[in-house]
Amino acid sequence: MTSLWARIEPLLARVQKPARYIGCEDGAISPRHGPGRVAWLLAYPDTYEIGLPNQGLQILYEILNERDDAVAERTYAPWADLEGLMRARSVPLFSVDTHRAAGDFDLLAFNLAAELVYTNVLNMIDLAGIPVRSAQREADHPLVVLGGHCAFNPEPLADFIDFAVLGEGEEVVGEITEVVRDWKASGRTSGSREGVLRELARVPGVYVPSLYDVEYDGPVLKAVTPRYADVPAVVHKRAVADLAEWPYPKHPLASLTEVVHERLSVEVFRGCARSCRFCQAGFITRPVRERPIEQVRAMIADGVSCTGYDEVSLNSLSTADYSGIEQLTQGINVAGCDSNATISISLPSLRVDAFTVGLAAQVSDGRRSGLTFAPEAGSWRLRQVINKRITEEDLYGAVESAFSQGWHRAKLYFLAGLPTETDIDTTGIVDLAQNCVRIGRRHTNRASITVSLGGFVPKPHTPFQWFGQNSTDELRRKMQLVRNAAQRARGVNVKWHDPAATMAEGLTARGDRRLGGVMERVWRDGGVFQEWSEFFRVARWQEAMAAEGLSIDWFVHRHRGEDEVLPWDHLSAGLHKDFLWEEWRAALAEHGLDDCRWTACYDCGVCTGFGLDHIVASSVPPAGGSQGTGQDLANGGEVPVALLGRHEGSHVEEMGPTHEEVEVPA
Amino acid sequence: MKLRVRHTKLGKIRFTSHRDTARHWERAVRKIGVPLAYSAGFTPRPRMSFGLALPTGAESLAEYLDLELAQGYEPELDALAASFSSALPQGYEVTHVVPRPEGSVSLQEGVVACTWLVELDGVESNQLDEVVATAMARPTLMIERERKGQKSTDDVRPAIIEMSATAAGEYPRPHLCAVLATNGRGLRPIELVGALFPTLDPVEVTARVLRTHQWIDRDGERQEIIPAAPDVMRAPAECA
Repeated sequence: MTSLWARIEPLLARVQKPARYIGCEDGAISPRHGPGRVAWLLAYPDTYEIGLPNQGLQILYEILNERDDAVAERTYAPWADLEGLMRARSVPLFSVDTHRAAGDFDLLAFNLAAELVYTNVLNMIDLAGIPVRSAQREADHPLVVLGGHCAFNPEPLADFIDFAVLGEGEEVVGEITEVVRDWKASGRTSGSREGVLRELARVPGVYVPSLYDVEYDGPVLKAVTPRYADVPAVVHKRAVADLAEWPYPKHPLASLTEVVHERLSVEVFRGCARSCRFCQAGFITRPVRERPIEQVRAMIADGVSCTGYDEVSLNSLSTADYSGIEQLTQGINVAGCDSNATISISLPSLRVDAFTVGLAAQVSDGRRSGLTFAPEAGSWRLRQVINKRITEEDLYGAVESAFSQGWHRAKLYFLAGLPTETDIDTTGIVDLAQNCVRIGRRHTNRASITVSLGGFVPKPHTPFQWFGQNSTDELRRKMQLVRNAAQRARGVNVKWHDPAATMAEGLTARGDRRLGGVMERVWRDGGVFQEWSEFFRVARWQEAMAAEGLSIDWFVHRHRGEDEVLPWDHLSAGLHKDFLWEEWRAALAEHGLDDCRWTACYDCGVCTGFGLDHIVASSVPPAGGSQGTGQDLANGGEVPVALLGRHEGSHVEEMGPTHEEVEVPA
Repeated sequence: MKLRVRHTKLGKIRFTSHRDTARHWERAVRKIGVPLAYSAGFTPRPRMSFGLALPTGAESLAEYLDLELAQGYEPELDALAASFSSALPQGYEVTHVVPRPEGSVSLQEGVVACTWLVELDGVESNQLDEVVATAMARPTLMIERERKGQKSTDDVRPAIIEMSATAAGEYPRPHLCAVLATNGRGLRPIELVGALFPTLDPVEVTARVLRTHQWIDRDGERQEIIPAAPDVMRAPAECA
């Protein structure tokens, strides 16, 4: 294996932002290749700026490179300018670490977080010089792997990947390495590819699409069945039992050039028990596993000293829900290793209440650039449907708290096209925003609210997986309603996502294997980077669907019935299908569901099925949460300073070096 | 204590921008915990100021920055240089850390010219000698260039203070050595190549650009900001 650097270097003088392709980041590992080592090329199918901060990729990069039998490098989707030059001069896809050709690796492993990058996967496989369709690959081609949230329905990519991995990768990458290591040792003889895939299919969490037969009855999916007895009928996801055993990344990558997140990220917990019914991440990452407070502190201190970042982002699906959040944020400047410069903390997923804003104010470094909240729906009724039970008082309390503490603007995220949505719910978005501006104007004349409106895409493994997505025209009409109403509302700005792209996202999110032909057509027609508006053209997708004889309405806009076989029924995130169905019915009946960390278990299936428990860092729920935590504190305009103060004296004694576990009643 | 720092930027790291370099320095300083003086105001910034921007893709043996240490902190300067080098990404080497002379002007204002060494690909040595001689003999040298969408035709001959074709040791390709003025809009090395070879693609021809000196004017005499031993032709190091 040799470096392609000498051939890549002259191209870099001709492209935008060439630093994306050089590697050399702080935290980059000098890879040790060798015959006894399985070589992984970890690929993020989007630009370097978006891909580099990705935590999943960084974690696996480190874990694999710590092994004696593995080596891992990274690659990202080259931007169109470089891709053009690479194709013109026959330079294949390369790693950024040592600029080796992708085809020289044993595995090309994609991290997929969003549906609209699917066509980039095809493009990168092709750029690597590997046949795009898995059926055409030989023993000497790398194995093409897919992981990340999209692995929970990889069917639209089934023709192009060799296998998918469901759930968390920390443990399973080692098991995969061992199987591939043996295959390498056996000489990867001609015809041995199916054999190694059969072996891989026995690894829990690994799904090999080519080992399943799919039957249709007209347009309807009838069954997905394994072709061999040793291939599992249902593939279950992987989840680590305790985050405390995985303090990764230990050496975070700090980019040499500007990327989307210029800060240290520390994952404080994984999973979410709030059950927001539209949120796929919340369902597929259960149960909640919090990292011990002491470990979070240590990771901050180590990460800051090896990257030099002065900002730390505490990551999770809802960081204010971290049960040790107050102890953690109050001790954070002690944890910072450089007494000279202060470290600011950002909470990327703010819960909507005054307590959370108080927390954000306390830990930020004085900059008040903007706060973002996600009420998601414009009325209490609809928020019950989606189980995001934020009251108007919560929102107004949060906004009051923000504007009174120096912020001038806030962004509110909403979804259009949610189940049962009426025009009253839709226009209610503007009423909420207008009221927020009024509250803000009491504190500053500059107060403004930006409404960010996205079209709702029903996702697999959620209670809304049966819902027929709104048509593009309907979404457009709803967005126009909001824009019209906002024209009369002073201080309210509206931004919206292209509903046509929302359709394409819906198509890939719940598609089955028949979408493979569509993916290939869109890609061959030049449809890469589809989440970038300058590259997206809906006609490409419509033409590809028509050419494959498939109906967009059938795949995207149709409501599914209880008995329908869904394309991902043979893939399990641990959730009982009847639990999801009951949740779907409860949604339509406008009934909410509590956060099961603090209330009785309703048996969604994950803890019981995997023998896991929610693991929390503190035995009491975080303060201030009125949204399903079983507490109704601080439900209003005041920052609960007294509440923060009350705990202050006793924290240090309370904090043990180990975390406590709360037993969830079965 | 006010310090002036000289460092190299060689190898793959050359593809990072001037703004990136500023970020590398900010992170390096925090990594090793060197206490800097901070500006006053609502959002205090560390007191660091950088010299003339190096074009993305160009290497340098002579980059400069000024920084001010927090009061009362007086480290051993050679050790500080080594410590900076270890904290910066590979490709940077801090060669000098000296006290900033009293009353010296800022780097941005003080630098009047830079020396560039440009390695050319696809140009013969004798052809280069001839082109250089012709250009130096001309009273004007017009180029068309664009900035922020605005096209302009400029005479860049006054910006060429010295220029020669040079034999460059172990390197087989011909090299252009030019001292270019920095006042006004100046002249970038790639623009110079374009002006000398109007029928060729300057990006294709320019194999490597290396800044070797930055000059300040002291009583009418050109002087290196911090003089270094002449090892101009040192082979640029790769970072991996």
